[in-house]
Formats: sequence, C-alpha cells, structure tokens
Amino acid sequence: MARLKSAADLEKARQKILSKRDPTKPCVTICSGTGCHALGSDKVYEALVSEISKNGLRRRVDLRRTGCHGFCERGPIIVIFPDEICYLGVKPEDVPEIISATLSGNRPIDRLLYEDGDGKKIAHEGEIPFYKYQRRMVFGSNRLIDPKNIDDYIALGGYSALGKVLFEMSPEEVLDTVKRANLRGRGGGGFPAGDKWETTRNTPGDIKYVIVNADEGDPGAFMDRSLLEGNPHSVLEGLIIGAYAIGSHEGFVYVRQEYPLAVSNLSLALSQARKYGLLGKNILGSGFDFDVTIHRGAGAFISGESSALMTAIEGMVGEPRPKYIRTAVSGVWERPSNLNNVETWANVPLIINRGADWFTSIGTDGSKGTKIFSLVGKVKNTGLVEVPMGMTLREIIYTIGGGIRQGRKFKAVQTGGPSGGCLPESLIDLPVDFDELTKADSMMGSGGMIVMDEDTCMVDVARYFLHFLADESCGKCVPCRTGLEQMVNILDRICEGEGETGDIELLEEISEVVREASLCALGQTAPNPVLSTTKYFRDEYEAHIEGKRCPAGVCKALISYYIDPDKCTACGICLRDCPVEAISGGKNLVHIIDQDKCTKCSTCFEVCPTRFSAVVKISGEPVPVAPPLGTKVARKKGKQE
Amino acid sequence: MKKVRLNIDGKDVEAKKGMTILEAARDAGIHIPTLCYHEKLAPYGACRFCTVEMSKNGKSRLVTSCVYNVEDGLVIKTDSPRVIKIRKMLVELMLASAPVLSELASQYGVDKPRFKSEVTQCILCGLCVRYCAEVKGANAITFVGRGVNRRIAFVDEVVSTGVCMDCRECFGICPTGKIPRETDGASFEGITVQDVLARTQSR
Repeated sequence: MARLKSAADLEKARQKILSKRDPTKPCVTICSGTGCHALGSDKVYEALVSEISKNGLRRRVDLRRTGCHGFCERGPIIVIFPDEICYLGVKPEDVPEIISATLSGNRPIDRLLYEDGDGKKIAHEGEIPFYKYQRRMVFGSNRLIDPKNIDDYIALGGYSALGKVLFEMSPEEVLDTVKRANLRGRGGGGFPAGDKWETTRNTPGDIKYVIVNADEGDPGAFMDRSLLEGNPHSVLEGLIIGAYAIGSHEGFVYVRQEYPLAVSNLSLALSQARKYGLLGKNILGSGFDFDVTIHRGAGAFISGESSALMTAIEGMVGEPRPKYIRTAVSGVWERPSNLNNVETWANVPLIINRGADWFTSIGTDGSKGTKIFSLVGKVKNTGLVEVPMGMTLREIIYTIGGGIRQGRKFKAVQTGGPSGGCLPESLIDLPVDFDELTKADSMMGSGGMIVMDEDTCMVDVARYFLHFLADESCGKCVPCRTGLEQMVNILDRICEGEGETGDIELLEEISEVVREASLCALGQTAPNPVLSTTKYFRDEYEAHIEGKRCPAGVCKALISYYIDPDKCTACGICLRDCPVEAISGGKNLVHIIDQDKCTKCSTCFEVCPTRFSAVVKISGEPVPVAPPLGTKVARKKGKQE
Repeated sequence: MKKVRLNIDGKDVEAKKGMTILEAARDAGIHIPTLCYHEKLAPYGACRFCTVEMSKNGKSRLVTSCVYNVEDGLVIKTDSPRVIKIRKMLVELMLASAPVLSELASQYGVDKPRFKSEVTQCILCGLCVRYCAEVKGANAITFVGRGVNRRIAFVDEVVSTGVCMDCRECFGICPTGKIPRETDGASFEGITVQDVLARTQSR
C-alpha cells in the first residue's frame, strides 16, 4: 500500500482492506502467542495449511495466526469465525476432522470444546466462563488480528484515534482527555498518566522522549509480553498519540531481550507503520514527526524501574538514580522523558476513540477502566484475564479462574508481582483496584495474581520472593543490598528448622528500614512479601520457629516420611521408585524408610497407591519407630478395608 | 543567587538555591554523618546514612540529605528517633561485612551485631570508583556483579598502563581502609596492582 497522506487516506485504506474481506467467509484463527507456541501451535498451524490446501479450500477459507487469546492453560487454541467456535488443546491430528466436520460439514467436534463442570459443552468462545465474565477492551483484539499484518489492525479501526488526534484535536485537548479519563499507570505505581504527560509537556526543552516500559520481569506475569506480541500496533498508536500530546518526536521501547517474539513483532510493526506513513516524518501528512527506537534490555529486573531504565537506555548499567527529580522532568540524557507501561499506552487509543466519559464509566472511583491480570498458580483456568477495576478477588479466582485445582482449599493470593503481598481468604471479597490492594498491604503492581492453595507454605513463599528480590537488587544502596541479604538468611533459617524466637520481630525490624531508607521502589517495596505474610499468616511462622513444624508440609527440613506398617501391602512401588534407595523391604515384608538416607523428595508419598495411602507425611512430631526389618505385612494387596 | 530559608535542628538556616540539605547543614555547622559522600564527587545516595527527617506543609518524611535540594520552609531534623533508628540498623547491617566499622556502630549502640556476612571490609560506597572516574578520569576501578555479589574490581586494561602506581589517591579516600594504605599498593579480593600488572604484561 502507498504511503497514507491524510486521515481520509487512512479511512480509504481501511475501506479497501474491508472490501477485500468477506465477514461471512470462514476464518480459522490459531493462537500463536507464547503459551500456545510452547504447547505446539506451530505444528497445528502447519497441519492446517496442508489440510486446507489438500482439500482445495484455500480460496474458501482464511487462515490467520493471531496473538495470545489468554486461555493459555488450554492451548493450542483455535477459533473458527464467523461462528466463533472455539477448540481447545488442539493437536495436529485433530486438524483433518476440523476441516471435514467443522469447515465442510458445519458440525462442531465435541471433544475439542470447552466442557463446564456439569459436562455441558460450550462451542462459542465468548460463552466459556473464562471469557464470558471478562471485559476485554484492551486485550480483546489479540484474537482477531495477525500481529505481523498492519492491515488487520487497520481493518478493526486501528490508527483512527491517531488520525482523530492529528487532525481534530490540539495536543492540549488530547492531554485533557487522558487526564479526565484518569488513566493510571498499569506498570506498578498507578500514577496518573495524564499528570505525568503534563509534567513532561510543561518542562522546558526542545528534545523530549516518550518511552514504553516493556521490561516486564515479575515471575509469572506475561500480559505486557502478550500485548506487545499480539497487538504491537495498539501500543505504538498510543505512544504516537502521547508523543503528540507531550510534544515529543523521539520514542523508545525498552523491551526485554528475553521476549524475542515481542521484539520481532514490534520491529515489523514499526517498519510497516513507517511504510504506511504512520510513523516517521510528517505522519499522515499532518506535519507531525515522530519515530521510535527499540532498546533491548539485558535481563536485569531493576531496569524496569524508571530511572534505571533510562540509565540503561543511555548505555550504562541499569541502576536507579538517587535524585529527587522525576524522570518526567529529567530522564534520558537529562531530558524530559515520559515513561509508561505497555498496557497503559494500549489504553490510549481506546480513550481517544470512545472518550473520557466512556472510560470513567468503567471501574471504581479511584481506578478507571480495566486491568489485565496474569492469573496463575493453583487455579483451574490459568491465563490472562482482563476485568473492570473493582471486580472482587472471588469473582476473578472462582468465576473466571474456575476455583482451585483438584478440589483443594484456597489459602492466599499474591498480587502485584514479587514485591506485592499475599492476601488471605478473609479478603477474598476485596474489590481489586489500585487503592484497595494498597490498603490491604499488597499492591496492583503490573497485575500478577498467583493463587495458592493449602499445600503452599507461606513462609516458603516469602522466602522465594525475597530470594528473587535479593538476586535482582542492583546492590547500590545499603538497606536493599544488605537488608535483603539478612532477611533472606533469616527466612532460610526458619525454613530449615533453625528459626529462633524473635526472628519474626527481627524480620519486621529490618523490613521497616529497608522500606523507608532504600533508594528506589525495588527496595522500598521488597519487604511486602514478608510483612503481608507475617501479618496474615503469622501462625505459620510461629509453627516453623516454635513447633519446628511446616503446616503445609513443604519445608523439607521440617518434614519426614514414614510408612504405616498397618497399611503397607509391600507392593514394592515406593521401594522401586525411591531415587536414593532409602526404602528397604521385600515380598510380604513391611517397607521401611531409612530416615538418614531419605532426601524427602516425596516420591514415595506420591507413588503410594491412594487405596493404600501407607506413606505418611509428618511435620512437627517425632517419626514413629518403625517395626523391625522383616516384619510381615498385615494387609494384603488388593484387599479393601 | 536566590536564597532559601529553612530550619535545621531548630536553627534557622539560609542556603543557596540548588544546594542539598547536607551542604546547607554543613555550611551552618550542623553535622550529618555520611559514608559515600565526597564534596568533589556527584552525590551518589548509596549509603543512606545521611537520611534525615524532613517536614514540609505539616507532612513529614525521610529523605536522603546528600541528594535532596533545599526548599523554602523545610524543617529538618538530623537526629530524630526515626532517623537514629534507621542509621542504627544501617550500620549494624554494614558491620556484618565490614567489622572495621565497629567504632561507628558502638556510637549507635550496636555492640553485639546480630548479622553475619562474608567479611570484605568494603561497604561499596563507590568512593574509589567515582573518584577514579570523576576526578582522575582514569576509570581504573569499577563495580562488578549485582546485589549481594556486587564487588569492587580493578580494570586490568587500565591498571596495566601504570596509572595506578603513579596515583594511589583512592587509598586515602576509602572510609574503611579496604584499600590498604601501605606502599605495596592496593588490593581487592587479594589481588594487588602488581598482580594485575604482572598478568596483563605477560599476555
């Protein structure tokens, strides 16, 4: 397509793209996001290409590889338009039947459909509970477009907000709209984006930068990745609009090197946008110039912090700056630099197109719009969910997430990434927004949501996150570097059964100083996992320290395995599977674990058939004395009691 | 130059605009302890020892005085209980790897340290690194590693040019004496300047 020279050109281009597309024509879309890719969607795609061609359907059926749909738990995902029939867990061998039954015969294939708890099959993607209760205004287009094809984005109305801004709105009007929408930063702090934009705009200087923070590093979080991979133009369009409002002509996308698909899809998006005249000199003939450079991060979590990110863009080691001056005033090369997260930028075109009033009609008083969460952990339906601000944890975890796996009991949900907090069951009806989470001693963060069940040890969880943060601390300031080191030591000690009375108080004492004296947000928030667990799950700490007991049976130093001689049938499975040969026994002889050899790997516990359940996990009490070697079993195999 | 009026420890102080709280305090003869500060170097804000309590419009918060610029009407307390509590914990934390700080620690009542760490005698204040870079322009010393693994190291390529043997100004700047002041040269992680010279010259 030729370079677009006006908003009218863009509209003409859209009409032209649409005129070539028949909405009634079957279109098979296959998710090619990272989750589905890992589950083998490439092979399914190849099978689709070959089957469609073999059946002579190439002219009658469109095939599209899309970005992440979000229901990663059940990938690879196929959705067949126009009926939006959704197939989950598709394998290459399912493809011939999909072609013959669904495409040629218009019949859904039952076994590939979603099945609800009552055994009812659901064919339409939008009716699946995981999707049904979401509000996917930012993430929803992912399933409709091929991220490698700008035409798909334009067909859906893409870049119309940019056209509107450049030709119908002054930069002040754009700024005012974003401010009235009360769009708050989706990357962690929840700072109002409009205020930040205004600061950069009002700071004197010829050169100003706008930057996309795509340095998503929280364990278990992948919403920014999926947006950038699946709909890069939505982020880019938001960035260009922001640049126009701020008066910036140069932008950066700081993206992790560990996100190769995001880097390649974004690079392609930039080159396609340049070709269309949507990026570069004289955008859409408006006279506005703006271009973007991709800066790939070298893997440090700390580089997601704004001043560290800017230092990294300058080519130095990503370490936070100590100055009390906002990066919006003095950022990259000491120039005003406005940094927003991927999801924040992707909200901008929606706000421009549909207005601030529409945006503020969604959400709670203080938090407007939607938020994308990485719903992971012990929940049935893991994946990415986008919900209006204010939805309760219960609705997200149970209605959308389907509840806890294997009928286990909910224990906690960790929100806000590694420096967020763990919320207990008593807070399950908490409406999720920036302010409520902060009040509950957790935070929104970038939207991580890790669900934990009764088999999770909360001390171990705090230990895990503190290790992560101590490893990722840049080490520049004393409280973060040495404070986290000592907190990790104490937590390790507690989990190893060497906790001492006073350790909880000591953890809290160090936490206070790390929180108050650290240089940047990493240190200031790093004690959260400890403080929220000592607050809500103090009894678990006490059990570890005083009772030398791990209530969840996780901390190896505090658990033992024992074979109940009355239940053992001498079936030999545990004896055969024990990796360290710690189990002795023989035909009809009670099996016995040598406690000195046992590494507590839990293999015997897991392999002992449930109908016997002879292997018992013990914590906080002495291991019963085993019968002498050579004792005959009392119970026979296969004999039910 | 515009003047700024603030109050430090009950004393009305006049300072130049653009000064930090630390500079204003020192000018007024009020002592704020520091470990990573040096007047010839850009403020670094790493040791956090110069933390003070600042009140503005009735709200109080802790700030790092070496990087916080003075403003009209600030009320600063350099040794409030909150501040002392922070400094006490900081010195106790540093003491674990730098027992050489024991005198400073005892000033804050830390006599029986509760923490253990690998003893390096280095608190990573970065004075040597920054002095070498900012004043000498030599860049012969650098940080390596991250977090608890952060260390100071010589840059072989620079040291091998011989600049260090002629300079040695970092010796006197090190607050813990990690860089020994003896004449045989500096040593980090047991490696001396001579070792580096020998290694690079034999290549």
